Amino acid sequence: MKIHEYQAKDLLRQFRVAVPRGRVAATAAEAEAIARELGGRVVVKAQIHAGGRGKGGGVKLADGAQQARAVAETILGMTLVTHQTGPEGRLVRQVLVEETLPIARELYAGIVVDRVSGQPVFMVSAAGGMEIEEVAATKPEAILKMPFDAGYGLQPFAARQLAFGLKLKGAAATAAAAMFIALARAFVALDASLAEINPLVLTSDDRVIALDAKLNLDDNALYRHPELKALRDLKEEAPLEVEASKYGLNYIKLDGNVACMVNGAGLAMATMDIIQYAGGRPANFLDVGGGANQEQVRHAFEILLQDANVKAVLINIFGGILRCDTLAAGVVEAARATQLALPLVIRMEGTNVEQGRAILAASGLKITVAASMKDAAEKVVAAARAAERVSS
Amino acid sequence: MSILVNRSTRLLVQGITGREGSFHARMCREYGTQVVAGVTPGKGGTVHPLGEAGVPVFDTVAEAKAATGADASVIFVPPPFAADAILEAAAAEIPLIVCITEGIPTLDMVRVHALLRGSRSRLIGPNCPGIITPGECKIGIMPGHIHRPGNVGIVSRSGTLTYEAVHQLTQLGIGQSTAIGIGGDPIIGTSHRDAIELFQQDPATEAIVLIGEIGGSGEEEAAAYVREHVRKPMVGFIAGQTAPPGRRMGHAGAIISGGKGTAAEKMAAMKAAGIEVCASPAEIGATVAAVLGAGARR
Repeated sequence: MKIHEYQAKDLLRQFRVAVPRGRVAATAAEAEAIARELGGRVVVKAQIHAGGRGKGGGVKLADGAQQARAVAETILGMTLVTHQTGPEGRLVRQVLVEETLPIARELYAGIVVDRVSGQPVFMVSAAGGMEIEEVAATKPEAILKMPFDAGYGLQPFAARQLAFGLKLKGAAATAAAAMFIALARAFVALDASLAEINPLVLTSDDRVIALDAKLNLDDNALYRHPELKALRDLKEEAPLEVEASKYGLNYIKLDGNVACMVNGAGLAMATMDIIQYAGGRPANFLDVGGGANQEQVRHAFEILLQDANVKAVLINIFGGILRCDTLAAGVVEAARATQLALPLVIRMEGTNVEQGRAILAASGLKITVAASMKDAAEKVVAAARAAERVSS
Repeated sequence: MSILVNRSTRLLVQGITGREGSFHARMCREYGTQVVAGVTPGKGGTVHPLGEAGVPVFDTVAEAKAATGADASVIFVPPPFAADAILEAAAAEIPLIVCITEGIPTLDMVRVHALLRGSRSRLIGPNCPGIITPGECKIGIMPGHIHRPGNVGIVSRSGTLTYEAVHQLTQLGIGQSTAIGIGGDPIIGTSHRDAIELFQQDPATEAIVLIGEIGGSGEEEAAAYVREHVRKPMVGFIAGQTAPPGRRMGHAGAIISGGKGTAAEKMAAMKAAGIEVCASPAEIGATVAAVLGAGARR
């Protein structure tokens, strides 16, 4: 789960990670009041779940409360386009108003769980402000890595090693090491899947402060953090994906015109791939899961059809726990309820496949039953092409 | 022959009294697996209705092992308790632990990973379909009837995509020595590389199918191993060639992050190791038939 920068900073503050003074505002008047309280020069930052906000015009400096109000007015309500939002951009509904700091150096600090070693790894770099992926690709030696034990935490000597590795000295090195230990503690306590402080700044008076903060939380661990669940901002997520998640379905919208419904994540990806291999473009990823019931199948179908780009639908099910007759009954019900007009190709194999085929045949619906994955992909791509020609 | 499981494997089921555990314990038994015990804390001393005599249920894995000689465990325990169930089985020195549970918090698996270091147990999964040696032993949730005994080893991160590959092989009359689903999570017990090493050592396995997906570097590590050590013909497929970066594709581990873990990188590493890589998932069966027919030794 992604959360906003201001939420991440509120959480980190509780773990004694130093962050700039400031608060979130939903209106220009609130922004003005916060700026007045902070005094002096402030920064106004758009709060959306995407990086690259500065380049897109979503982060601006303001001298005093009056100007903060004016700046907030331009940012609130704007559709911010960054390299992470896609061309459609995101509507800005909140801004974070913060004090500005005398910056001496910009650094990077981050934590991920390393899949190979099975441990969290603390990473720092002197190249703060740059995309860490870019640093990793061009200057991997510039990133210092320190695996740590999740149970015992980042040890003080390891934290110092990272700080000295960044060429920090004296009070700055001490402050940085304390900050790294605190960040590691927050990562474990919050069940985070990613923590990224970019930039982490060293001020001219030797303080080490998280100027930006990104925290992703492990969805699977939210059951033990009820207070974190409340941080989810549904407005930042694609509406169809939110709706799918309500029914326990895993849906991701893509930009093609062949919709697909599959059971199992691996087979769902492979189905997208074979659609492309057959010359088409997948409209989505949709995994109905191993144990889907009739109702879930119907909801899945309705979600697919809400995408206006879709010209044809492919259902590919390998019945294990999900039986083919359950699937077929769900599809027939959904096709009737939605008065399906689009071409529908179904390929199913596995448990109760004969009963499933019989249900489809008896439904009287116009459904193409395919013999194999390849056959299904070719048929659905051809159908999408034909539909595209008719509509253009 | 086969790897890890066969007709003499004695299985205990952790979570046997739950809905999933109960259903799949029955399916495994019907396939021919010896299901010798169940474990549900608090229900020790009861008998779970399975087969004519029923299966004894124990409070702890240690008791179940001592009483029945179980040498493999399958876990159908809900996510909040699954990591603990794995650790309990490992503490009882159960040689093979198969965890089916999906949705275990990553940091729980970090703890399991650390505590299993130096352990005598092998973990398969979590978030996996399990392992099957056709005609002998099924431990997991895969449909047994699509399999056929034979000489092709299969290792995969996915469930239904593995069934698809198995189905293609069986339709062509090609059987499987063992098929193993290693799971779709970021931290798993048995890697592609581990499974391939076992298949390389198994005299009954003549060809190996590696099915991977986007995310992580398990396929690249397997390819590096294959290049040095594997002489059996191999066929590979990577799911997610059309997956967008930065999005988690169903499996917790299936994500291209920071430009890493793409299908293209994995396919290139596998090709460089001499693995026949299929671009289309529909070609897995035919490609295996071709490499077996050619009697290829790489």
